[in-house]
Amino acid sequence: MHKKNRKQGDIVSLFTAPTLSHYLVLGAILFAISMAGIFLNRKNVIILLMAIELMLLAVNLNFIAFSRYLDDMAGQVFVFFILTVAAAESAIGLAILVLLFRNVGSIDVEDLDQLKG
Amino acid sequence: MPTFVFYVLSTILVLAALRVITNRNPVHSALWLVLAFFTAAGLWLLLQAEFLAIALVLVYVGAVMVLFLFVVMMLDVNFDSLRAQFRSYIPLGATVGVLVVVEMALVLIGSNPGPVATPVAAPASASNTRSLGLLLYTDYVYPFEIAAVILLVAIIAAIALTHRQRRDTRHQNPSEQVKVRPQDRLRVVSMPAEKRDNQE
Repeated sequence: MHKKNRKQGDIVSLFTAPTLSHYLVLGAILFAISMAGIFLNRKNVIILLMAIELMLLAVNLNFIAFSRYLDDMAGQVFVFFILTVAAAESAIGLAILVLLFRNVGSIDVEDLDQLKG
Repeated sequence: MPTFVFYVLSTILVLAALRVITNRNPVHSALWLVLAFFTAAGLWLLLQAEFLAIALVLVYVGAVMVLFLFVVMMLDVNFDSLRAQFRSYIPLGATVGVLVVVEMALVLIGSNPGPVATPVAAPASASNTRSLGLLLYTDYVYPFEIAAVILLVAIIAAIALTHRQRRDTRHQNPSEQVKVRPQDRLRVVSMPAEKRDNQE
């Protein structure tokens, strides 16, 4: 009985103001989508890079939600640094991609076997 | 009202993310990713992280996604062959995705979030940019400078990787132009005058 009441309370709280859990669940869903995207598009390097960007977005969402609900600005500073590093990463990644296409003539992951690994 | 906005934005965000990974055309994927970033910026505004929301729009939508679109459109790739085995990867991808969601949901449900209270309403005079800047230039000034160096390294690396010397372009060489002497360009030839034959 008590548990049922609590469950109803949980369902009601789902439709009141968004809590920390709302944002954490959204971040988890976003992260899972991008992870599935890495498996689905594992031949196309461009989509892989985009999925990595989505993952970073999910992580940043978690950071900002924690920063808001724990009232600590350090989370937002971290997001700032993650944005910086992600921008650097995608710039170098795309440069490598252009170089790869120029040398191999393809962006298929399975064609990248020159190292015979 | 914030709840309504939250649900609308998160629905759009999840749909856009799904379209990013399932689209046939990478150009469309990039455009859906732009929508995802915009929506995420809206969610960050809801969380009162105004500076980062605007930075996300400026840096990601304005710079990184334009770079993505530029590269996708510049490469002349047959994207259909890259999707050849797309369907056969669906079970594995879906399994991993569902597993990740279930694991994270178990963690979230089973744990007490801790000292999380209702968020304090920021006073109207509070400035998110000001407090972030105060923190960034005092406590985190050393990581901040390292971040600047990382960006510099990224710029130089991107240029160094993609730069190539072209052989088929015509260009001037100013030092050779300056060093030229009259005798390089003009040759004085002494030769006797010739008679014209046709006037006689």
